[in-house]
Formats: sequence, C-alpha cells, structure tokens
Amino acid sequence: MYGLMQAFADLLDRLVLTPSRNGKLRLMMAYFAAAPDPDRGYALGALTGDLDIPGVKPAMIRDLIADRMDAGLFAMSYDYVGDLAETVSLVWPGDRRANRPPPLSDIVETLSGASRAEAPGLVAGWLDDLDTTGRWALLKLMTGGLRIGVSARLAKLALAQFGEKDVTDIEEIWHGLASPYESLFAWLEDRAEKPAPDIAAPFRPVMLAHPLVPKADRGNPDALDPALIRPDTFAAEWKFDGIRVQASAERGTRRIYTRTGDDISRTFPDVVAAMDFEGTLDGELLVRTTDGAVAPFNALQQRLNRKTVSKRQMETHPAFIRTYDILQDGGTDLRARPFRARRQSLEAFVAGLSPARFDLSPLVPVTDIAALDAARLAPPSPEIEGLMLKRWDSAYVAGRPKGLWYKWKRDPYLVDAVLMYAQRGHGKRSSFYSDFTFGVWRAAGGEDELTPVGKAYFGFTDAELKQLDAFVRANTIERFGPVRSVTANKETGIVLEVAFEGLQRSPRHKSGIAMRFPRINRIRWDKPTAEADRLETLVALLPD
Amino acid sequence: MLRPDLLLQPTPKGLYCPPGDFYLDPVRGAVDRAVISHGHSDHARGGHGKVLAHPDTLAIMACRYGASFAKATQALDYGEPVSINGVTVWLSPAGHILGSAQVVLDYKGLRMVFTGDYKRRFDPTCASFEPVTNTHVLISEATFGLPVFRHPDTGREIERLLHSLATFPERTHCVGAYSLGKAQRVIRHLRLAGHDAPIYIHSSLEKLCAHYQSVGIDLGVLVTVPAGEQAKAAREACRGQVVVAPPGSFEGKWAQNFPDPVIAFASGWMSIKQRAKQRGVELPLVISDHADWDELTRTVQEVNPSQLWVTYGREDALVRWAELEGRRARPLRLVGYDEEVS
Repeated sequence: MYGLMQAFADLLDRLVLTPSRNGKLRLMMAYFAAAPDPDRGYALGALTGDLDIPGVKPAMIRDLIADRMDAGLFAMSYDYVGDLAETVSLVWPGDRRANRPPPLSDIVETLSGASRAEAPGLVAGWLDDLDTTGRWALLKLMTGGLRIGVSARLAKLALAQFGEKDVTDIEEIWHGLASPYESLFAWLEDRAEKPAPDIAAPFRPVMLAHPLVPKADRGNPDALDPALIRPDTFAAEWKFDGIRVQASAERGTRRIYTRTGDDISRTFPDVVAAMDFEGTLDGELLVRTTDGAVAPFNALQQRLNRKTVSKRQMETHPAFIRTYDILQDGGTDLRARPFRARRQSLEAFVAGLSPARFDLSPLVPVTDIAALDAARLAPPSPEIEGLMLKRWDSAYVAGRPKGLWYKWKRDPYLVDAVLMYAQRGHGKRSSFYSDFTFGVWRAAGGEDELTPVGKAYFGFTDAELKQLDAFVRANTIERFGPVRSVTANKETGIVLEVAFEGLQRSPRHKSGIAMRFPRINRIRWDKPTAEADRLETLVALLPD
Repeated sequence: MLRPDLLLQPTPKGLYCPPGDFYLDPVRGAVDRAVISHGHSDHARGGHGKVLAHPDTLAIMACRYGASFAKATQALDYGEPVSINGVTVWLSPAGHILGSAQVVLDYKGLRMVFTGDYKRRFDPTCASFEPVTNTHVLISEATFGLPVFRHPDTGREIERLLHSLATFPERTHCVGAYSLGKAQRVIRHLRLAGHDAPIYIHSSLEKLCAHYQSVGIDLGVLVTVPAGEQAKAAREACRGQVVVAPPGSFEGKWAQNFPDPVIAFASGWMSIKQRAKQRGVELPLVISDHADWDELTRTVQEVNPSQLWVTYGREDALVRWAELEGRRARPLRLVGYDEEVS
C-alpha cells in the first residue's frame, strides 16, 4: 500500500529533480492537498527547516549498515553512488518490509521522545519497514539538511497558493506556530479563523522598493516621472550592500529576521545583545572593518549561514545594523504613519541605542534628479549599491506597493569575456543552451589561456538567446552531460560583455575571484576574442 | 567431464564454442554461424551466415535489419533441442524482452547456460524466466551487478507516472524508453493500470510496436507524433498525455519541443539520483529489463551451478558476493558491450 511516509518521500524525490519554481510549488500544493494532518504539518516543518528532531551522525548509519553487509560490497556501492544516505537507502536489506510502513508523524513523534541510546534501534526498525525512497527520505531528514532546492520562502508560497491566502499573512504568524501546524492548515482550508499566536517580537512583513524606471519607458506602469523627485516629495538614502533585516524586541524576546522572515538571531549574538529596547527596526545588517568602516559584502558573508559564531569572528567581523525605518515603538504601531513622521521617531529612538551596534542611515540631500543621478554614480563608498528614494508621505506597506519606494542602483561593472561553456536551461528555456560560463585571458606557461570567471543565465533578449544557442550548437567541442564546451581561442569564439555588481576573492574558484550578480549585457559580435579582458584587470577591482 | 573452457571461450568476436563451431551473440563483425539470445543491437547484429534464434527474435531482427539480415536462419522454440556439430543446443525463456532466451549447451555430460540478458519480475510482453537445473556453469549477465540496484515494484513506478499526470494535467509526459522491449512494456503496463487514453509514440517506435501488436500484445491506441509541418499542432494535442520515445530523441530538441514537458525516463539506472540529474530527467522511473542485485543473487542460488562466470557489466561485485558464498566464480570480460544501451 502507498503509505504516508512514501507520499512524503516521493515529494522530496520529485522536488530534487524538478528544476522549475512553478513545478516545485505545484508538487508541494498537491502534497498539502492530499496528505492528512499531522503528517503534512511535519512535512512542512521539514521543508522550512523548522522541524526540530534529534539528529543522527553519519557514523551511526555506517555502523548499522556494517552489521548488515560485507564491507567490500558496501565500499563498491558507496564508491558508485557517492552519497551515504542514498547508498544506504539502496543497499539496505529489503526483505523485512512492513505491509504498513509508519507515517512520517509516527517517526517524528517517536524520535522526539527517544533517548540517544534508543535511536539506532528505532532507525534500523524504520529502515526495515520502508521502501528505498522512504529510507532515503528518512536518512536525509535525520542527518540534517534535505538540500532539495526548496527554500522556506518557497514552501510558504506553496502554502499561500494552496490556501489562496496572502503569503505575508503566513509570514507574520509563522514564528508563533510550530509543527505540525494544524491550526494553520485549518485556516488555509477555511475551517477556522486565522491563528493569532500571542508571540513577542513577531516578524512584520517587510516593505520593498521597485527599480526606478524613467518615464520615457512608457510601457512600464512603474515608471516614475523625474519631475516628481523634489525635496518635498521624496527622501533619498544610500542603498547599502549588506542584508536587509528587521530587528524586533518585545517583552524580553529579541529577534533578527531576514526580509523573508527567517530568524537569524543565533548568527548575530553581538547585535542581539545590544537590542535593549522595545520596538521593531528595519535596517541593513553590515559588518565593520577593524578600523570601524563598513566592510565589503564578503566580510559579512563570513558571518552568514552559521549556526554558531565564534568569539574571534565577532571580534574580527563585528556586525551592526544601519537603521532605515521604525515599525513599532514600544506598544505603538507606527506603520500607518507617513515616512516623515517615522523618520523623526527613528532618529529619536536610535539616539538612545548603542552606537556601535545601531546607527542611522543618513539622508542624501534631494535637489533635483540630475544631482541625485550624479550622487548615484559616484557614491562616497564602494559598499554602496546606489540610492533609495522614498515618498515622504509613504506608509509602511508590506510587499512591493507601487509608487512609494524606488531603488536606483549605480551602474554595474563591465568586463569583456569569452564564452567557454554552455549548459541547457531549465523550464521554459530547457530547449536552449542558456547558462553561459565565460572566461578571461591569463598567462600560463608563457602562453595565454582562458580561465573561467563566472556564469550568467540572464541579461540577454529572446532573440539574442537564439543566436547564442545557435552558436553553441555549431561550435561544440565536447559534451559533458548537459554541458557543452565551445570553441574559444585567440582566433575564434564569441565575446560577451558581462555586467556585475562586485568582485570577491574566492579560493573555491580556479581564477581566485567570484562575481556578484553577473549577467550578459550584450554580445560583442564585433570584438575579436584576443581583445577580451585579462584576469589582471579584474584582480585590480578586488577590494584590498 | 570436459573442461568448461573447451566448450565455451571468450574471443574478440564473442563467446565461441569450438566443438560446435558457432558463436553466442557475436557483435564484432560477421561470423559463419551464430546463436542469438535476443534482438537488442548489442547482442544481435545483421550480416552473419547462419543464425539460430527464437522465432520472435528472428522476426524482430527482420523488422530492424530487413528480411535478408542473414544468409540462412533457423527458428528454435523454447525447450526444443537441436544438435550443432554434436553439441546439443536449446533455449529457455529469459524474461528480458519478447523472444529473449537463455542458451543451454549440453555436450559430453557438461551443461553450460548462457543467460543472455534476463530478469525475473513480471513482464506482460514476454515469457517469464525459467531457471535451468543441473547446470555446471552458469554464465550470468551483471548489468546491475551492484547491491545498490534494487528495482522497485514496476506497478509502483507506473503509479508514480500516473500520479504525476494527475498533478500536472497540462504538461506533456515524455517517457524515454528503449525502442525494443522497454517501450512496449511501459505501454502495456500503463494499459494494465487502466490508462486507456491514446499514447503518443516517436516515429522510430512505429514498426516494433506494430510487430508487438501483431503477435497479440495489446498496446491500445497508439498515435505517431508527426514530423515537419503538422508537428506543432500535433504537439499541442499531447498536453496531459503520455509520449513514449527512444532515449536518443531526448538529446536534441525533440522532447523539449512539447508543451511544458515532464522528462521521464524508464531505466534501471534511474535509481541513482545523480544519473537522473545528469540526464536532466525530472521523473525517473526505475523500470528495468535486467535482473537487479536480488534477482541476480537469487538466480545463482536457485540454479546452484558448480561454477559462475560473470559478464556484461559490473562483474567484480557479483564475483565477490559468490566468493563470500563459497562459490567458484570468475569475471569474463567480453568486449563490445555497451552498458548504456539496454
């Protein structure tokens, strides 16, 4: 029979191999519609990373399989498959399968109440009961990190579409809910009111900006008339290159959220320690250099995606928040007030905070659009991405409301690089070679060779994509699965003008550098490959 | 008793039987006399002198290579002995595809069984594998001769395909399946699971599907996807339908040109996620025409030969397993076999 654990395992199995975002959403929605409570709630927790179960170490799984099969045969198997959970799920003796394998909820609930000594026996029993895909899903779940290409945000979007609700409503209550989310599903299915968890410091959905489009672009409804940019209508601020966060402290609870509501408080205890206030601030999380200046983005990256942070990292990479806005001051919700009033409240509020951890995003004087354009193109620091323009009368509105806030980025860096590899795209573009790896020249053993410096899969028009695709097909040298290498030498090849936002050092890349947001600006059909840029040019752009 | 390697020996042209002066499944160049286990192109080539095989295999070869694929043919039904230069040869069903056979050689009290490709699980398009008793030497294939290959129940894989069709009713489900055997088996399994909508096929499957239908295997309504001018409208009609095509047609744009395709692939290799990923497969269906690890080891135990020779695929693991069981086993490294073909 087709068990509940199998339904969950099949969902994970398909999510791993489904490239399109829409396809993933549909798979999750179909699962939420078909699976009962509490199974689907635990599955949701697993997808969003909020399912808290005692993990098991790979060593325990190795021990279990060593008791059951010849070490030589296991070594050959592992060597072939390359992934421990997958190998064990495949080679596990299948002759003791249960007619009714346990549902996911039984597994999660039993494991949560189990002692460390009991875990191996329980796991072995379940591995006996389940089929291959079920074993794989169980092992992935228990060794931590599903790595199935689904973010918490995407899972919440699937919930929103499943229940025909607004995703910001889900994000707002998310941190007050826990697996198996029965009250949430009851609301999504219109069987109950929206849950109203009494939580301190909840996430308040963030307000986002539209890119600034000049009015000349009449086809775009978001276009802004430059004449509107006057000191009495718009405020301007720098757009810093960190991560947008919300710092919220209420009744002793202190939390830092990303703009999609992920709780990252544990990663920034240095900032949390200074949150001795009652309120909710919106700002940019940044890291300082040792002399107090704003550090480049890659310094902040050293602090991201860590569950724990060392004392040393907090000393060498101290974090702080440059505040943009205030949403809540003590018991007062300020979101409906105009930006002008909120800005006054913010200035007064931040004045009372630790200046090492909280400061104020300075306003840039607004005279006319020409002056702002000049400021945007020559920001006072390379860590600034451009300008933010906010209407003085704008309320703080969740989502990306039209006509209130605009981001106006500085121009990107450009480099002329040579196309080296192409990979077939996904979804609508799966019939085209649309992911392009490009390289620049560097000296190697007295000769020049191309070294890859980045990969881009957007920036071109549909017509250009067709031309690139035709070039790749006509100039393929070798195929490696979905990837083709194309002719690229000093005589023949194709030069791409690549735009990017910045460079970082990266020991993981052969060239030693990594690009931020590379995209193809135009195809330089006119430029000989020998005249493409050299690695030295890029290295010179690196921050010290 | 005769030494087994005097009755069958690996040569560059294939397994050769000196006393009978014939080859088993020769694939490197033409030979005067060949015994052929089944119709896949890595076992059955055209151009030989005399060919002995099951009537269904001969018909398949004629279908693929034309009526004059050999100078002379001799049809041999399962269980019907024939003598070739004093060597008694007979066939036992291998359960791999229509017409597939194990080749049994009896000579001077020695019995050697060459499995060809085989599987043990249910296949509605061919006769089931029958183990041959009193075998001295079993020559077993080992395409999936690693403990990681444990093919799931075929019915469950077909259910997964139908479940996907229900989840994505506007997407074309393009199923890659080898044109001989696998394609017809997948179609027949879909019919058995109650899927009675027309199934669209690549034009290269037309002849073989018609042949299967002509021998009484009911594949239901099949529609060939037209090429050229009419192609676009026809492809639009495939939304929410199953299209079956050979794997080769997935390398170009053929499959990608259907509206919003789900790329599925029916193969034993699909149990390894990385393999599926590398080929851009979104819905891997683990459906194989070869014995998986459990079937291989169970068959050796059941036939219980005094010697096991292992060929075609991952010989090392099966030989190690046999040695751990206390059996005499050796790898037989035959050339010309392409692991990705079947």
